[in-house]
Amino acid sequence: MLEDVFRDQWGRVLATLVGVLGDIELAEDAAQEAFALAAERWPDDGQPEHPTGWLIATARNRAIDRIRRERTLAIKTEQLERELRDRSEETMDETETFPDERLELIFTCCHPALALDAQVGLTLRTLGGLSTEEIARAFLVPFETMSKRLTRAKHKIRDAGIPFAVPLGHLLPERLDAVLAVIYLIFNEGWGGGRVDLSAEAIRLGRSLVELMPDEAEVHALLALMLLGHARSAARFLGGELVLLDDQDRSLWDQSLIDEGRQLLERALALHGSGPYIIQAAIADLHLREPRNWEEIALLYQRLEHITSSPVVTMNRAIAVAELEGPEAGLALLDRLELDDYRYYHSTRADLLRRLGRDDEARAAYTRALELTQPGPEQRFLESRLADLSQSAEQHPDPQGSAH
Amino acid sequence: MKYVLLNYTKAQTAGERRAREMHPAVAAVLERPAVSGWVRLQPAESATTLRLESRKVLLTDGPFVDSKEFLAGLILVEAENLDGALAVAAELQELDVTAAIEVRPVLEQKLGGA
Repeated sequence: MLEDVFRDQWGRVLATLVGVLGDIELAEDAAQEAFALAAERWPDDGQPEHPTGWLIATARNRAIDRIRRERTLAIKTEQLERELRDRSEETMDETETFPDERLELIFTCCHPALALDAQVGLTLRTLGGLSTEEIARAFLVPFETMSKRLTRAKHKIRDAGIPFAVPLGHLLPERLDAVLAVIYLIFNEGWGGGRVDLSAEAIRLGRSLVELMPDEAEVHALLALMLLGHARSAARFLGGELVLLDDQDRSLWDQSLIDEGRQLLERALALHGSGPYIIQAAIADLHLREPRNWEEIALLYQRLEHITSSPVVTMNRAIAVAELEGPEAGLALLDRLELDDYRYYHSTRADLLRRLGRDDEARAAYTRALELTQPGPEQRFLESRLADLSQSAEQHPDPQGSAH
Repeated sequence: MKYVLLNYTKAQTAGERRAREMHPAVAAVLERPAVSGWVRLQPAESATTLRLESRKVLLTDGPFVDSKEFLAGLILVEAENLDGALAVAAELQELDVTAAIEVRPVLEQKLGGA
């Protein structure tokens, strides 16, 4: 219970502290101290009337106390000294209204001057409230590596003067794209590896962003996209095995998430959005409808191709084209793409080749896809497809004898 | 905050570099209020590099890093935060006269000796 309160409050409390103290590391230490104190006192004394205010005021006062004690501390920024002068005698009170500065913080964490993996880690740490250990585990890197990555990023923010602000005017669209990309990357990291906690985390971040930027179409669209995908998560696996969309038990889909996703998509459309996330959310929505409108799906992928020029998008269009015009037409599109390191490229090719009865080529493509896939449900799925092909080859020997 | 923009350009011969006037668009960027100073450098082939080897100063002819791009100039920028420095750098980079620009925050409040 208390843990849930803490998870909900962490980003909010930390953001305000970064605003007051002007340094993420200092703010993080102060917040940690306040949360530890709360964990100690709240169970006995009861939760205060303004938990957020209590946490911010406590953390801020403790930080200021500590700086007073350690005058030599190197982190005395100008802002902090001013703050100390202004409030030298008064102690911050929990009933004060604190500005919500989570938006400033997320733009700081997703600043393009930071490496992408640092942006992702820092966003999960500061706004998601995940511990360094949890983030390290989620991204399959040693604790020390993640810890160093986060520390380095925090130091760069301080030393290079990365702003704690929402970018103005012409910079905003580009910077917002970076924020959305980080959240979507976190979501996808949870998707492929079945690490659902990261998907849920991305959705939490997406929800905060919708709350903070209610007029941005793409912000609504990204949350819609994630919810429409997440709604199927219970049906994607059966006994630990991957289930393709067409074979999924629709009664396991979370209808309330689908409804919410569709409402968000409508809101994004009402805001005249036309960016990549709104198109992807519209495609995700079409995939949930029966029968699937492949023509519409192919058309939307084409629009997305124009915006992103991404070969992965063309690959997805090829899947729709294969449904409309046959596997051969899909293959023709795939063969133009340079995606040799992408596992889904090879599994998509393999599937189309299999449907055309070109078993040898299909086997080679499944084998290549398997080389690129981590152990888990996806790997087992590909192995079973490969085994099916070998079996049918045994049952119907190739007249030329070329099949093994 | 103070920042230095380190401008790297493709290697040119001394003659080429001397003959080249400053691009008027570059000159316009250097007039921006955020720019507090700048210097252009002679080609890298005019550089001399000093190292300490066996406690003796050793001179070598040429730049410290031998690459296709060399440090061609420094611009001192004063901005509220990194975004201010990046704005000047981006404007310059868009003119396509530099290979790359490295933006570095200045450690001291005053740039010693500059």
